[in-house]
Amino acid sequence: MLTIKNLHASVDGREILRGIDLDIKPGEVHAIMGPNGSGKSTLAGVLAGRDAYDVTAGEAIFEGKDLLEMDAEERAREGLFLAFQYPVEIPGVTNNYFLRTSLNAVRKHRGEAELDAAAFLKLVRLKMKILHMPEDLLKRPVNEGFSGGEKKRNEIFQMAVLEPKLAILDETDSGLDIDALKAVADGVNALRTKDRSVLVITHYQRLLNHIVPDKVHVLYEGRIVKSGPKELALELESYGYDPIKAGLAV
Amino acid sequence: MPTTAPKTEANFAQRFDELAPQLAGWQMPWIESLRRDAYARLQKVGYPTARAEDWRFTNVNPLIEKDFSLPTQVEDATLDLASLGFADAIPGSRLVFVDGLASPRLSKVGATPKGVHVGTLSQALANDGSMDAAALVQLHLGRYADGERLAFTAQNTAFFQDGGLIDVADHAVIDEPIHLVFVNTASVATTPRNLVVVGKNAQVRIVEWHLGAAGLTNFANAVTEVIADERSVVDHVKLQRESSAAYHIANTQVVLQAKANFTTHYIGLGGSLVRNEVRVRFAGEHAEATVNGLYVGEGKQHHDNHTVIDHAAPNCASHELYKGVLGGSSQGVFNGKIFVRKDAQKTDAKQTNKVLLLSEGATINTKPQLEIFADDVKCTHGATVGQLDENQVYYLRSRGIGMEEARRILTFAFANDVVSRIKLEPIRDELERLIVR
Ligand SMILES: Nc1ncnc2c1ncn2[C@@H]1O[C@H](COP(=O)(O)OP(=O)(O)OP(=O)(O)O)[C@@H](O)[C@H]1O
Ligand SMILES: [Mg+2]
Repeated sequence: MLTIKNLHASVDGREILRGIDLDIKPGEVHAIMGPNGSGKSTLAGVLAGRDAYDVTAGEAIFEGKDLLEMDAEERAREGLFLAFQYPVEIPGVTNNYFLRTSLNAVRKHRGEAELDAAAFLKLVRLKMKILHMPEDLLKRPVNEGFSGGEKKRNEIFQMAVLEPKLAILDETDSGLDIDALKAVADGVNALRTKDRSVLVITHYQRLLNHIVPDKVHVLYEGRIVKSGPKELALELESYGYDPIKAGLAV
Repeated sequence: MPTTAPKTEANFAQRFDELAPQLAGWQMPWIESLRRDAYARLQKVGYPTARAEDWRFTNVNPLIEKDFSLPTQVEDATLDLASLGFADAIPGSRLVFVDGLASPRLSKVGATPKGVHVGTLSQALANDGSMDAAALVQLHLGRYADGERLAFTAQNTAFFQDGGLIDVADHAVIDEPIHLVFVNTASVATTPRNLVVVGKNAQVRIVEWHLGAAGLTNFANAVTEVIADERSVVDHVKLQRESSAAYHIANTQVVLQAKANFTTHYIGLGGSLVRNEVRVRFAGEHAEATVNGLYVGEGKQHHDNHTVIDHAAPNCASHELYKGVLGGSSQGVFNGKIFVRKDAQKTDAKQTNKVLLLSEGATINTKPQLEIFADDVKCTHGATVGQLDENQVYYLRSRGIGMEEARRILTFAFANDVVSRIKLEPIRDELERLIVR
């Protein structure tokens, strides 16, 4: 699904990713944990094609294609989805219009027919139910006036509509109450198939109770310094990053 | 061609003595003196130069130097309004003026409620016109818009050929909008003049259309006077879609009596050189005005917007939202004046001005101007000038939407903030279609 080799990236000349290697197979769930500022969102942003980052070395191959060569929109059309840590508000653009335009762009790329307003509504209503989205969501402007938790759920709702091959969730769990967390987990799990993969960026174990990872990685100062099975997440939750930092210092 | 003036003739505005006797109502002494006074005023103040504070950014020389002539007869035999951008299916009565002259063929005035008069100014001022209509015009015309220093308004008063006369009697309510449609088909000068008189507790909706065939270099000098009596409700929209080579200068003057409620939306899409002024004077207490505008410039268009909100009475509220979208090497000007006079206590005035610059070459000069002489008032103003938000563009792209489309969606959202406030749904729909493009 996604193979990252020796990925280096910097912002304004400052190196933030300092050689990342990661291999995610179809159907797998990977979790990335790590202290604040370690580069988790930067990795997500580099993969999703944000302009602010300069990739200085390495490669990322997504479904056999060179991901780093593609524009952000091409990556999305190819089936990569990033649920943002800080979703953007877009006043004046309704969720309805935004999502339909988005879905049709993706469908067109896949060679599928574009959906008219009625067909779109039918499809979307179903997904809204799964995620317990409020009835008036579609009429409201994208994320405008949404609470932190509502924004996060809206990201997962978008993901559910677009049905990506690889979903990257950047701290989607933070700011969610228990019910919302459950809804988000259900949304992700509803999407899971043997061909779809998920990369979960989180600080906490609790989302991983619902979306069980095949592998857990620790990102620290721009490198993956430790990888392990799902138990690694529990370990980190109990002991924090200090033992790992100490181990590196030796 | 509707114009008969030979090319070598001077600009119409220099031929008052020759042209005036042929203009509407000249046989009436009061019209003759109205026109003569206006012409004398024009001579006295002269056309604005760049040294005039209010005209610093707008050069009107082409309008003075070019040999524009006034049309002498209406040429509407083969004209198709829809092809010029009029939404033909739209409900409501319409008065159509082709190159400034009334077109009975294209006009359509349905049965209006009792007490509502929809006609042309030229009719009212004709020898066989009704005494009532002429008396109404005499009572109001030129009493509000003709400020001492307004050269172009003086030019219009001296030379106006025709326009709408709408009279809504006390308590009369007309639901369907009344359309004043000015279509241009020749590169001539036009002098549309509208008079809207709304009685106590009456309600009316008016849509002004200023349309032009592509490529025309016509010059429109339009003046509209609106008098809204106590407790009346007036909703006004002006849709300006002249050709992108046209000159459009306009002054909309509104006077509000106590408890009147007035809303206007100016949508400026066309024109090469546009100066649109909206002036609202609060003459009675507890009146309310909403003054909104949107101008969209591309290529080399020049959009100059001046608004003057004159709080001359206490306890009135004004809300103003102007937005500009400027691409290419277009230029925008926004000057929003708010006066709060000494006695106008408890005034609530709000002005917001936002500009979206879509290209490096586009420029904007914007200036709020608040002059407050009362002490117990609430006045706020805010101005922003910016580009599209990169984070928003990226967010849309991250969902598969292409760069161009993302920019288009965000530009539309910015502009639609004004359009969506227009109450008349068919006009809103029409504009959404136009702005999406
Ligand atoms: N656009 C940017 N401009 C400048 N610095 C940036 C930018 N993006 C990230 N950085 C810096 O890069 C480093 C890594 O940031 P990043 O957001 O990737 O961390 P993170 O691991 O996601 O942290 P958190 O757990 O707090 O979300 C930080 O020092 C941050 O300040
Ligand atoms: Mg982060």
